[in-house]
Amino acid sequence: MAVHKILVDVMLKPEILDPQGQAVANALPNLGYPSPVGLRIGRHVELALEAADADAALEQATKIADTLLANPVIEDYTVRLA
Amino acid sequence: MIDTVKNAEATATDGLPYAELGLQDDEYAKIVEILGRRPTQSELAMYSIMWSEHCSYKSSKVHLSQFGKIPKGDRMLVGMGENAGVVDVGEGLAVTFKVESHNHPSYVEPYQGAATGIGGIVRDILTMGARPVLVMDPLRFGDADHPDTKRVLPGIVAGVGGYGNCLGLPNVGGEVVFDPSYQGNPLVNALCLGVMPVERIQLSAAKGVGNVVVLLGAKTGRDGIGGVSVLASATFEEDGPANRPAVQVGDPFTEKLLIEACLEMFDAKLVEGIQDLGGAGLTCALTETSAAGKSGMVAYLDRVPLREASMDPTEVLASESQERMLAIVTPDSLPEVLAIAEKWGVLATAIGEVTTGDRLKILWHGEAVVDVPPGSLADDGPVYHRPMVRPADLDALNNAPLPDYPEATKDLLLKMISSPNLCSKRWVVEQYDRIVMGNSVLAWPEDAGVVRLSEQTGLGVALATDGNGRYTRLDPFAGAQLALAEAYRNVAATGAVPIAVTDCLNFGSPEDPEVMWQFAEATRGLAEACAFLETPVTGGNVSFYNSTAGTPINPTPVVGVLGLLDDVARRTPMGFQDQGETLLLLGDTHDELGGSEWAWSQHRHLGGVPPRVDLAREKVLAEVLVSGSRDGMLSSAHDLSDGGLAQALVESALAKGIGARIVLPETQTAFVQLFSESAGRALVSVPRSEELRFTEMCNVRDLPVTRIGVTDGTALEIQDVLTVDLDELRTAHEATLPALFGPLAGT
Amino acid sequence: MIGGCWRGTGRVVQVKIGVVTFPGSLDDRDAQRAARLAGAEVTPLWHADADLHDVDAVVLPGGFSYGDYLRCGAIARFAQVMPTLIDAANGGMPVLGICNGFQVLCESHLLPGALTRNQHLHFVHRDQPLRVANNTTAWTTAYSVDQEITIPVKNGEGCFVADQKTLDALEQEGRVVAYYAQGNPNGSLRDIAGITNERGNVLGLMPHPEHAVEALTGPGTDGLGFFTSVLKELVR
Repeated sequence: MAVHKILVDVMLKPEILDPQGQAVANALPNLGYPSPVGLRIGRHVELALEAADADAALEQATKIADTLLANPVIEDYTVRLA
Repeated sequence: MIDTVKNAEATATDGLPYAELGLQDDEYAKIVEILGRRPTQSELAMYSIMWSEHCSYKSSKVHLSQFGKIPKGDRMLVGMGENAGVVDVGEGLAVTFKVESHNHPSYVEPYQGAATGIGGIVRDILTMGARPVLVMDPLRFGDADHPDTKRVLPGIVAGVGGYGNCLGLPNVGGEVVFDPSYQGNPLVNALCLGVMPVERIQLSAAKGVGNVVVLLGAKTGRDGIGGVSVLASATFEEDGPANRPAVQVGDPFTEKLLIEACLEMFDAKLVEGIQDLGGAGLTCALTETSAAGKSGMVAYLDRVPLREASMDPTEVLASESQERMLAIVTPDSLPEVLAIAEKWGVLATAIGEVTTGDRLKILWHGEAVVDVPPGSLADDGPVYHRPMVRPADLDALNNAPLPDYPEATKDLLLKMISSPNLCSKRWVVEQYDRIVMGNSVLAWPEDAGVVRLSEQTGLGVALATDGNGRYTRLDPFAGAQLALAEAYRNVAATGAVPIAVTDCLNFGSPEDPEVMWQFAEATRGLAEACAFLETPVTGGNVSFYNSTAGTPINPTPVVGVLGLLDDVARRTPMGFQDQGETLLLLGDTHDELGGSEWAWSQHRHLGGVPPRVDLAREKVLAEVLVSGSRDGMLSSAHDLSDGGLAQALVESALAKGIGARIVLPETQTAFVQLFSESAGRALVSVPRSEELRFTEMCNVRDLPVTRIGVTDGTALEIQDVLTVDLDELRTAHEATLPALFGPLAGT
Repeated sequence: MIGGCWRGTGRVVQVKIGVVTFPGSLDDRDAQRAARLAGAEVTPLWHADADLHDVDAVVLPGGFSYGDYLRCGAIARFAQVMPTLIDAANGGMPVLGICNGFQVLCESHLLPGALTRNQHLHFVHRDQPLRVANNTTAWTTAYSVDQEITIPVKNGEGCFVADQKTLDALEQEGRVVAYYAQGNPNGSLRDIAGITNERGNVLGLMPHPEHAVEALTGPGTDGLGFFTSVLKELVR
């Protein structure tokens, strides 16, 4: 068993409204920056898991992401080794 | 390729997959008959949405018509049919209020489902011209200790708080109820009340040829497409929440700006007609405004600001993106409307105009994709007289013997007040802002929320919502009446005069004849009782298809009663206020424990018959509670309902930490007196100096009044039965929800 | 004191308190009501207007400015009114930031530290006892040191954090204005509920004194003192 560091990124699905990203995008022109063409905000999670190998760790992380870290109804996620 | 009207005319007899959109054979045939050709894809989507159960009330209409026959009284300015009813409250002010369901979306995505439920009802109220000033949330969940409740409840509570708090609306009351029948189908009902000067009332009709149709608020995205027709008009299968259409995400900040912008437009008299975009999005808003105005309308759909450029016209029409309103304004006021929108940072786009004739035409880059008579969508939907059958198991349920009554003991009392339905809801309520706007006079856990409308005169409103699914399961007619009676009593307990009703009728599938019978009985009971109590129904909502794996929920009519207080400074709180005051029990206590909290929480027993309804008694009790408040005779008043006298004593004592010494009369056993749920009762405390005057007032009106003790010390002592310290009571009362859902903040 | 004027020196002084409304401000009208009840003349200020309209003191009210979507107060800090306000505050004008207003003051670096998500991750609203620790600021002379007052707290991101050095300095210099008493509702370090700047004119407070100014709608009237203090300060 070794410790594997895994990075999970959770983003709202492209078709889902992102009020947070929208509010930040709308604020940028007020600071003198050009209005961004796109801006969406997500969640970054760093997991350290003990597992037999990297694949097992990734599999476990994917399950965790699917059941808890993300709500698959409205969010997509990616899971990768650090 | 976009399916245009021209295309549909050329292929007039082609079939379309209407069944997939939930339309029946005869419904589709009617559409073809109305149009004289096959509908376009966009038209088909619009009919399927507008003729869905959720939008057309096709199964409930024939029963809801009874509410229209209740005498309106002289306060009702706008009745059922608009977005919400409007009631005159004097001083040149009007109030509009309504309760609505957002059940299925809240199961799929608890936080966003509950949040957008608040957003939707708030826009309904705004649409009438009112500034929303309070929200309330009657919530129902599966068993408190069921694993899925741990997912659903915290999300829903956070969603209700997250949206309402950010919008700056005080959440002053509601309910939190647990019952396994709501497992897999929680009930998230949301109530909002708004206030306006009488002359600011807005209606939805689009009138005046040449007037401009303006879309206000958020961009349109692929939110919850088909959500209304799919989520609210069908039953969940056992596969749970996965693979459901995308739910909507709420943006309370945009809604807050939309509210301020719309109110500024209303005040400047710039708006001829207005409609919120709710469950059925632009489809509903365009058809309802043009149908109500008996006008024609043309909409240039490609002008709608989109979040995703690739959306097709059918998607734009069906989108349920939140935080949008549709306003009809004159060409002259358009520049001012756009300026106000810009001031508040709200998108505003002219997307169409009112035309002569009676057709709603929707163009997509110059080509007609919809050309329909709007009335056919809004008003000519199907009406069903669904078959009804008294549930086969009802006799067995009604005849089921109750468990043997135990002795009343301290142990039983502690078990009762810590049971999930009777325990303190502090864990939930602390997540809601109950005081923003600075006018909350009474809020959770009081019997009713009381909110001041005028700082000058003290004019205010009281509101309570109630509903008992177990009672309604045992007797839908009586259950609905008991829900009304309890809310009516709760409002009167604060000293307010009950004047009007809103309801949210949560039931199983209307295609199930047993459910339909429950619905018919409940509406009949509610309509009769509203007529008797002179509290007309101003509006509300029906939510069908609440069932899991074919088992319907306990039928749950949630009834909201609005009351009026001339001066909120005279309101009566629920808690004991001072030591040494006389405690009086108003009304009669019978041996009525069928469907009670005791039978359920201690024995998981649901059977027998619910408490008797005596509406004449409710009326007298309310009169006494109101007079007692007006004349300053009452220190506190608490309605008796779930959990009986014992529960009322505990809640009134814990409110300010003032104990009581009780001597129960010997007419019944202590157990029955403490835990029976007989209706038409209240517990009041009066200063000794007022005791005689108050009891004489009761005697004159033939309202039974029993002196049961005095407020005293810091313990609850029921002579010869039990004595328990308030600290011990509080610990038992407050520990339940934190043990299930996590510690209270800061503990 | 109700009436808005003092005639102690023979001249009538009308104190003007400005309340800034940002998009998403919620307790702005409540702050206006509190200032009025204390006897001030109230001037509403608008986020997009750089002019302070000759007010004598400013309240940044509670709410969710710009939805508070990124960090609370992070976007409001760049509103057009803020540069003028920051200059005025540095020049000694009394400024009170309540809840979201406190967050804006921290993001603007008028006050040290930051406010983060409540430790228990829930929004919390309750009547909260506080212990007053400094009664020499522009906003707290109506109280006595160690006086316990009860005013509502309601926030989702009210957990005050700063590094050890800053916390030590705040406490040693007497710049902690109020501590949470009888329980800490949001996990704020060292139970800090409110702080002031070195000069004592800028005060950030997480709980809401403007919701404890009328017995009818609040837990009492303990909050009124913040507003009467500044009136007295300005007339002096």
